[in-house]
Amino acid sequence: MADLRSNFIGIKSPNPFWLASAPPTDKEYNVRRAFQAGWGGVVWKTLGSEGPPVVNVNGPRYGVIHGPDRRVLGINNIELITDRPLEVNLREIKQVKRDYPDRALVISLMVPCDEESWRDILARIEDTGADGVELNFGCPHGMSERGMGSAVGQVPEYIEMVTRWVKQYSRMPCIVKLTPNITDVRKPAEAARRGGADAVSLINTINSITSVDLDLFAPQPTIDGKGAHGGYCGPAVKPIALNMVAEIARNPATHGLPISGIGGVTTWRDAAEFMALGAGTVQVCTAAMTYGFKVVQEMISGLRDYLDSHDMAMSDLIGRAVPNVTDWNQLNLNYVTKARIDQDLCIKCGRCFAACEDTSHQAIAMKPGRVFEVIEEECVACNLCLDVCPVENCIDMRELALGEIDLRTGRPVQPYANWTTHANNPMAKAAE
Amino acid sequence: MSQARLAPGVVPGRLTPHELAANFVDVAPPLDDHEARVAADRCYFCHDAPCVTACPTSIDIPLFIRQIATGTPDAAAMTIFHANILGGMCARVCPTENLCEGACVRMEAEGDPVEIGALQRYATDGLMAQPGHPFRRAAPTGKRVAVVGAGPAGLACAHRLAAKGHDVTIFEARPKPGGLNEYGIASYKAVDGFAQAEVDWILGIGGITLRQGQLGRDITLEALRADFDAVFLGMGLGGVNALRAEGEERRNVLDAVSFIRDLRQASDLTALPVGRDVVVIGGGMTAVDAAVQAKLLGAENVTIVYRRDRSQMGASRHEQDHATRTGVRIICNAAPVKVHGNGAVVEVEFAYTAVDPDGGLHLSDDRFRLKADQLFRAIGQRLDGVPQELALNGGKIGVAGPGRTSIPGVWAGGDCAAGGDDLTVTAVAQGRDAAEDIDAHLTGRPVEIPG
Repeated sequence: MADLRSNFIGIKSPNPFWLASAPPTDKEYNVRRAFQAGWGGVVWKTLGSEGPPVVNVNGPRYGVIHGPDRRVLGINNIELITDRPLEVNLREIKQVKRDYPDRALVISLMVPCDEESWRDILARIEDTGADGVELNFGCPHGMSERGMGSAVGQVPEYIEMVTRWVKQYSRMPCIVKLTPNITDVRKPAEAARRGGADAVSLINTINSITSVDLDLFAPQPTIDGKGAHGGYCGPAVKPIALNMVAEIARNPATHGLPISGIGGVTTWRDAAEFMALGAGTVQVCTAAMTYGFKVVQEMISGLRDYLDSHDMAMSDLIGRAVPNVTDWNQLNLNYVTKARIDQDLCIKCGRCFAACEDTSHQAIAMKPGRVFEVIEEECVACNLCLDVCPVENCIDMRELALGEIDLRTGRPVQPYANWTTHANNPMAKAAE
Repeated sequence: MSQARLAPGVVPGRLTPHELAANFVDVAPPLDDHEARVAADRCYFCHDAPCVTACPTSIDIPLFIRQIATGTPDAAAMTIFHANILGGMCARVCPTENLCEGACVRMEAEGDPVEIGALQRYATDGLMAQPGHPFRRAAPTGKRVAVVGAGPAGLACAHRLAAKGHDVTIFEARPKPGGLNEYGIASYKAVDGFAQAEVDWILGIGGITLRQGQLGRDITLEALRADFDAVFLGMGLGGVNALRAEGEERRNVLDAVSFIRDLRQASDLTALPVGRDVVVIGGGMTAVDAAVQAKLLGAENVTIVYRRDRSQMGASRHEQDHATRTGVRIICNAAPVKVHGNGAVVEVEFAYTAVDPDGGLHLSDDRFRLKADQLFRAIGQRLDGVPQELALNGGKIGVAGPGRTSIPGVWAGGDCAAGGDDLTVTAVAQGRDAAEDIDAHLTGRPVEIPG
């Protein structure tokens, strides 16, 4: 049976599934329940400086996007960092870590952007027994207005500066949590590495308005008739997170920098995808907030099954897809596929036809008896029919063999060639 | 236990009022908001959807389901009513398993269709419960149209004509309008007086006058043609076919349609008599409705006997299953040959049937008897009292295209006209399409594509 034990920048946990710094990790009661349920680690909800704690709104904190049957696809929140006194949090962290020495316990931190504040908070957490710190440079609402959170994460120079302070004043492993609310995630990651970060974690939440109340004409969640943008998370953000993780994993300047993947991890499969793109651990919030802590048990059994069935160790999985993430101009323009509809599986809904006929290439014929067939002469292999088909595996893409005639172009399939050498590319270099 | 439960003969009060109330509740309770959203989410919004093709009134089903799914059930109801103004009743009585739901691609996917009928009821109930009527009449045309029969065909025709600005007079032979919706379907399919509420709602458009009158008794086609600019005949089938079995005249041998009608009109089910051993002859919806309701009234043994194979029964599989689930026994391939008794029916003698090479039936020598103190005929109805000048086709009024009869200016639709399936929904389609044709005929306006 596959060994899921994780050693992430020296932080050990029985499995790579951690709870992200968020409401589920705000206090001892919740974290104990999480550990009892089987979570490998938690990142304790972000601590601020000593003094009067922040205050939260007293109206709704969350907005939601639902799929069919009210399945939660995305949640946004306007909650701030912990609103409990620092000493209470520190006491609880110490107690929990003492009782669960085998679990990872990382403390998330966010204090004003000056050296003294950071030196002070690091001194305060020193004797909790925690395994590491995570610098919250990602929170996009509330705290950013006060010059913290994503206000720091959006300026690579600040990231580097603060990370350097943390490494100077603490011997704890340091994870820098990145905001996705930037144009190029490689820049903050590079800054974190320059500052001495042991790892990055991403993504934090995305600036968002989940919906507008069409009676109140205000964003939701609505507080006394007004709404503020919040941070978006959950399954809906996973594609954005995967890309950002991959960008950092394949960037020469950050390649090899350990990554803790965050963003819509809901099942073992989501976790495995993050890991294949280079994440050593994953952090979860929305899935737990939607279904409770028990979801980790499916993640554990699922990842184990997958590794066993592929005869892989977890280390074989981590980063395995990174070499296959490339730039568009490296894609093989001579790779030709054609959609193929399995008539035995087809339920004759015609969605492939509507999609192709109305919005694509008129490459599906609707024949008497509602028989839908691909017209290979027109099919550009865009994949849309497969994507909208409600029946799994009913439509697949058949790869044309080398030399086989592509009925659309009338030409035989050629060996690999990409845009960099294509005749239509004014910048093309002659093939060597 | 009720005293009369096991009493012989045809007696009332076999069950307690409480038991009867429980037996005759809504057979398919309405969906609530949450259930409707969940059901609507299952629709694939098919291209050129098979369910629409399967609907005789061509309701745009994917569109109305999407309107429910997006939180606009009133818009969904309007999508339905534009195609089928009796969409509320059709949602209750349509054999959806043979029509829209039978065609649903989910049947192919997992053998479990989108609940189209229930969703249609959800949408239409919601809009019909609101005050007023959602359709407006067009400017008056000054034309007058007579409609004979206030059943589904006549009502659909009258509503569409009124909407187009014509003045309509409906002549109805029975005390109440609604036709078979009021008199001819099992009461658990349309509870709480829905049939009358629907008629009232339809008449809410205005411009429709309802009058008592039976063709051939109170009014003549000749007079209607003289008084009105056009005539639509939708009076249904007034006659009932005979068994042609010896002893048919004995007491307690009745028409199933009369039983169903009396049950629907009864204000107190405990006063309605029913046999202890009931036999129903026939294989259609009427047979099932009569048999199931006899059982629900407290009959101990109820048997449907049908002369052909089960697959040829007019009642859908869903209806057959409903009957057997209620405790009704179904015997196929047998026909009655003699009604035994002494004044009243006591036993019915049947012969098993065999199919001839030409598809006809003959009676075998293999016979059996069923105990019966009540026997219902449910072997079809026939046209009664039709004006002689109308050309017939297969015993019904012959029609061409959208209900045109052999007489200019006279249209027909519903069960009295040839070519239908004797369903509420086909009657609605025929009434609606005849109205479009009448309007085009009277005004020269183009026919609106229904749906």
